[in-house]
Order: sequence, then structure tokens, then C-alpha cells
Amino acid sequence: MYEKIFKKYSPEKENLIYILHDIQDSDPQNYVSEDAVQKVSEFLRIPISHIYGVLTFYTMYSTKPRGKNVIRLCESPPCFLKGSEKILIQLCEMLNVKVGETTEDGLFTVELCACLGICGNAPAMMINEDVYGDLTDEKLIKIINDIKRRA
Amino acid sequence: MSLKRTDILICCGSGCVSAGSLKIKAKLIDELKKHDISDEINVIETGCMGPCDYGPVMMVYPEGVFYRNVSVDDVEELVDEHLLKGRPLKRLMMQDVDDKVYTKVSEIPFYKKQIKVALANCGYINPDKIEEYIALGGYEAIGKVLSEYSQQDTIDVVTKSGLRGRGGGGFPTGRKWQFCYDQKADYKYVICNADEGDPGAFMDRSILEGDPHRVLEGMMLAAYAIGAQKGYFYIRAEYPLAISRIKKAIVQAHELGLLGENIFGSNFCFDAEVRTGAGAFVCGEETALISSIEGRRGIPNAKPPFPAISGVWTSPTDVNNVETLADLSTIFTKGPDWFAGMGTETSKGTKVFALTGDVKNTGLVEVPMGVTLRELIFEVGGGIPNGKRFKAVQLGGPSGGCLTEDHLDTKIDYESLKAAGAMVGSGGVIVMNEDNCMVNIAKFFLEFTMEESCGKCIPCRVGLKQMYKIMERITSGNGKQGDIEELERLGKNICELSLCGLGQTAPNPVLSTIRYFRHEYESHINDKSCKTKVCLPLMHFFINKDKCIGCGLCSRKCPVSCILGSRDEKYFITQEDCIKCGNCMEVCPVSAISKIAGVGYKPIDDSDSIYG
Repeated sequence: MYEKIFKKYSPEKENLIYILHDIQDSDPQNYVSEDAVQKVSEFLRIPISHIYGVLTFYTMYSTKPRGKNVIRLCESPPCFLKGSEKILIQLCEMLNVKVGETTEDGLFTVELCACLGICGNAPAMMINEDVYGDLTDEKLIKIINDIKRRA
Repeated sequence: MSLKRTDILICCGSGCVSAGSLKIKAKLIDELKKHDISDEINVIETGCMGPCDYGPVMMVYPEGVFYRNVSVDDVEELVDEHLLKGRPLKRLMMQDVDDKVYTKVSEIPFYKKQIKVALANCGYINPDKIEEYIALGGYEAIGKVLSEYSQQDTIDVVTKSGLRGRGGGGFPTGRKWQFCYDQKADYKYVICNADEGDPGAFMDRSILEGDPHRVLEGMMLAAYAIGAQKGYFYIRAEYPLAISRIKKAIVQAHELGLLGENIFGSNFCFDAEVRTGAGAFVCGEETALISSIEGRRGIPNAKPPFPAISGVWTSPTDVNNVETLADLSTIFTKGPDWFAGMGTETSKGTKVFALTGDVKNTGLVEVPMGVTLRELIFEVGGGIPNGKRFKAVQLGGPSGGCLTEDHLDTKIDYESLKAAGAMVGSGGVIVMNEDNCMVNIAKFFLEFTMEESCGKCIPCRVGLKQMYKIMERITSGNGKQGDIEELERLGKNICELSLCGLGQTAPNPVLSTIRYFRHEYESHINDKSCKTKVCLPLMHFFINKDKCIGCGLCSRKCPVSCILGSRDEKYFITQEDCIKCGNCMEVCPVSAISKIAGVGYKPIDDSDSIYG
């Protein structure tokens, strides 16, 4: 199942971070499963404990299933100064989840993250690899509804 | 080949993309097709043009017109009026407070004090086309160096320029290269540190997205100087566009023989690849970054040995910031004296700053070192919007400090800002107005560094947590005598004893706000009052009975039913039950409800508050 990913890399420890990224991105639930960790350990010939050490150190990885669309709302000061707290409250209300949780339909997970580097257009968020800035209540509703419609 | 009569440059830096510039580009292309003028007009995606708050932005040449806040709905009129009828749209141009319209880019105050070195091509070229970079003099510097300079000559030029590391350390680049060059080793590496994690910083992102070849060329210059064969771009995973642009640049450079064996027919062989992070601020620290490249947790190591002596896989490694590398080609094409001719005695050249927060012109700017904070914030930045007063500016991100009105005439250079308790840092500048609570802001930064701590050393792992607990108590109304002194003691120890730069600088926001805003800490602790009414436990909502019309709307909107009263008696808030949601104030039709500093179990007269 992961052969396609393993073919892209030589079996060296230095490729661990990229292999984990690829595995997570290819999983519809946006996480790295126990099974995947086992396979990576065999491919790179490194202990499972090392892989979990890396998985739990870097915040972009998840060892638990998440939604198809991972919403990462920036909680850093420039976004806070422009009202990110209100956006977070609205987002959680709209999707009926708390931070870190996934919606019942498996479409969205809401997470907070550190600075995304879109501070000139604060408040900002990323949904998977797409960036959204200058967030307002209306914009948020439109973005979420657009994704729901495309799903 | 058809000749185009007009170039339309659309800013597609991540900021403008997040504001919708790609949709505008798509609509523009449609409209041009509709009018059958696609062959006459060039539509070019560029990197960041600078004034993010006005995005999406675009420029039209040859007129040199600058359009701001463009929306998809404006495109039809823009094509019709400007491109077909030759009448640029004044309503989309920049205007100042007196309604004066700036018809040309060169007139706009935002750009007047700027001198672009690292950002020279950003906003002017298509970053996906190596030909455009070459047309503006790209790869001339490396060509010149490989033909005419020895490795030592190359190092001497950079030393002469006075260039210092732009990532925040400010270490002289020439000296770092010398250390690396002096090491005898079979393999050496250059790393471009693009793990820009400071909140409020997006300089490196914009340079990588807007002019990737400039950074690649800088890396090649560094590699030649120190004798490296391989380079790594270590880019945050949160920057997917930057990652793809650099990857494409590397492929294009290979195709033209600018990477690989015997570059420009010399003995210099060099290759580069991209490595990504996975969400860890600490990986901006060079030893943690190196651990990450090696496939491990990003845990820093004690220095010495420094990476220049023993870095990636124990080989000598030169780690340079994106902006540092982006400055290099111009240092060689215009000469080190040109670069050193700008700036101050100790800080030469220009610096890219990211202006964010409560300032009119948020965005990316590049100014000579030595410009004052006042010039940066009020002239380039346009000052504080909405009639508010300037209160403080946070420089250097979570490693830096807050400065006040009294410091506005401080020249921006490494030594001056350090003496004042802040730092140039990577270039993040967060401006704050009178409505901000400095205790809360310091707590915010501390929370960030506490969460990003790798956990290896006790002063950082435990110390920051202890500081944060005190800050939480202070902002929740449970501060006590001795807290300020304890914060100072802990902060000083953590700075001195932590293993790496993260811990060594994490207490700075708290220490600098105590230094300049001690009265706010005292008010939180002694009076249980947040004068700016930001800390919810230390403020309350109050209904002015003289203004209240007894409509009861506030009571109906209150989610916890803590507003009682009647049309005749008017309404009041039961403070003990209030959750401070602010719904009542939002819905009151006569603005009878206001925020008052203090816990509010009895009404507090704040008419003598300096914050109004």
C-alpha cells in the first residue's frame, strides 16, 4: 500500500520526515496509522520508537484520524490582534466541534497553529494546503460552505 | 513572436493569494479573451509587492499604475476602461488622507523610503521563469565570481560589505564563511534556513516565493566561498508555495547547467535540494535544524562545536538565512562598498521588515539600516489607523522585546535595539495601539515559546512553564505581591542557563514589558484591574442607567440570563454571573453599555482613566 511512496526515496533515516508527510497526505483521514509506522520501520530499518518520537515531536503530524480538511487557524499575536479569537469561536460553533475535534461527517478538523506567515492579511488560516486571509464571519461561512458543496 | 503592448503584474504572494488574486487573474484572462486582446496583453503572476493590507494588488506597465484592493467584480470595468479606452481607474489607486490620488507607483509614500536589495525583483518578475531573473542580471554574480575570484576573495568581499546574518543572530556573514572555509574536510554543506517561525514574520516566505533564483544564486556564492558540494533549503512545511517554487528553480537551474558539474566551465560542482520541516519552531535554531535534516527530532545541541566546524553529519556546514543569501548577488554586482554605504556604523545595508498589527500599511518593506522606528511605523507604515494612539511595538518576535513611544526615534540597528531591550531579530514588527494590554501580549508570546520548547533543558522546559503560570494568575485576577520580582528572577535565570537561543530569549517579551509597562502589571496585581479591558476577569460590562431605555434587548440576548430589570427600573448586570461575552454591548441600540476596568462587583468610576 505504501510501495508507491517508498519507491520515491532511498531507505535512509534522513528521509523519514518526507516519507511521513507523504503517507499522511495520501491518507484520506490525514494521519499516520500504526500500520504505516510498522511499514516505515521495516523500510528504513529503524525502531518504531524513533518514528513515534519524530511523529509526536512535529506538530503537523497526527497519529489519530482527522477530517478530510484540516483547518489550521493561526493563533499568533498578529492574528490575535486582528480578531482571530472571534473567528475561532465562530468556526467551532459553525462546525459544532471543539479545537482538536473532527466533525461527525468526517469533513473537517479544527486545529490551532503557530504563525503561518500571512500576517499582512490577518486573521488567517490554512485548510490543507490552501491559505485564506483577511477572515471575517461572512468569508468564513462562504469558505466552509464552498468546501461542503464540493465534497 | 507577438509584441505585447501592456504588462499586467498581479501580486500572487501568499498574502494576496489568500485575498483572492488567483481568481482575479482567471477573470482577467477571460475578459481579455472576450475582447480578443489576449495577444496584446501580458498577464504575469509575481511575488509579493509589499502592501499586503491593500491586497489584492496589481501594477500595469508601461504606465506604472498601481491598483489596490482589486476584486473580481472590478475586472470587467478595468479591462474596458483602462485597457480598451486608455483611462486608468482612479478609484482603485492609492489615496492619502486628503484624497490625493497616487497615479504612479513611484509617488506612493509606502515605497518612497524603501531601497530594495533582497526584494529587488519581488513583484516585478514571474518567479517561475528563470529567463526573467537572468534578464534582470541574475546569475551574473556567480558567473563573475567563478571567473575572477578565488574563494578567499569571495569571502573578503562579503566581509567588506559588512553583511550580518539576517535571521536574527546578526553574526557577520564573512566571518562565518571564513570559519567554514578554514576547516579541512572532504564534504561541506550550505544550508538555507527557511524555517521562519517568528509570529509576525513573512519576509523569507515572500523572498522564496517571489524570487527563488536569487536565493539559489546566493547559496551558490556561499558554497563556492566555503568549498561546499551540496546545499539544502530547509523550508517550513507551512510554506507549500515556497517549497514548490524553489524545487522548480532547482530544476530550471539544472536545465541551464547552472547546477551540477563544472558550472560556467569552472571546477565548481554544486547541487541543491529541498528539505521540509513538519511544524516545529525550534527547528529555526541551526543545530535543531540539522537534527531535523538528519531525520531526527529537532532537538538543539550545545555549541561549541558550531555548525561551521561540525554540522550536518559532522561536516563543516554554513547555515545562512534566506534574506542573507538574497543580499549576496547584489553585493557582488554593485560592489561591497555600495552595500556598506547604507546603514549605520555597525549595521550595514538594508533590512526587510514585516509590518503587522495596528498599522495602516501592513506588509513587507525593505529599508536601509539606521532608519528610525518613527520613520518605519509612521512614514512607511502610514501610522496607526482609526484615530488610535500608538502604544508599543514588538520587534524581533518572541525573542525580542516591546518598545514604547519614548523609543520611536531610535535608529534601527543591531546594537541600538539590543541596548533598548529589543532586537532586530528576523524582521517582524508588530505595532500595537492603546487598546492592547501589554501583560496579555507578553503572556501570548510566552505561551508560544513555552509550547515550542523542545523540552531538552530544564531552565526552558520547566522555567517557562513556571513563568507562564504566574502570568496566568496575574491576568486572571489572582496576581500577588512578589510576582513581578519572581518573573524577573526566573526570566534572568532562564536567559542565562538555557541551552539554545529559544530559551535564552523567550523571557524577553515579559522582561521588556515589565521594564516599560510595570504600571500595567501593578494595576493587574494590586487593583485587579486591566485598564485596556482586554483581560476579561479584570474588566466588566456596565449599563449606564441614564442612557438605558429599558428595551430589554440585552437581557434577551444574554446567554446566562444575568441581566435583570424592567422598562421602568432599567437594566443592570449581575456581575458575579456575567461571562463577559459582550453580546449585550453589541445589541444595545443606544450604546448604554460600556466596558469598564476592574472586576466590577461594584461600579467603578473610570472617568479619570488615561485610556478613555
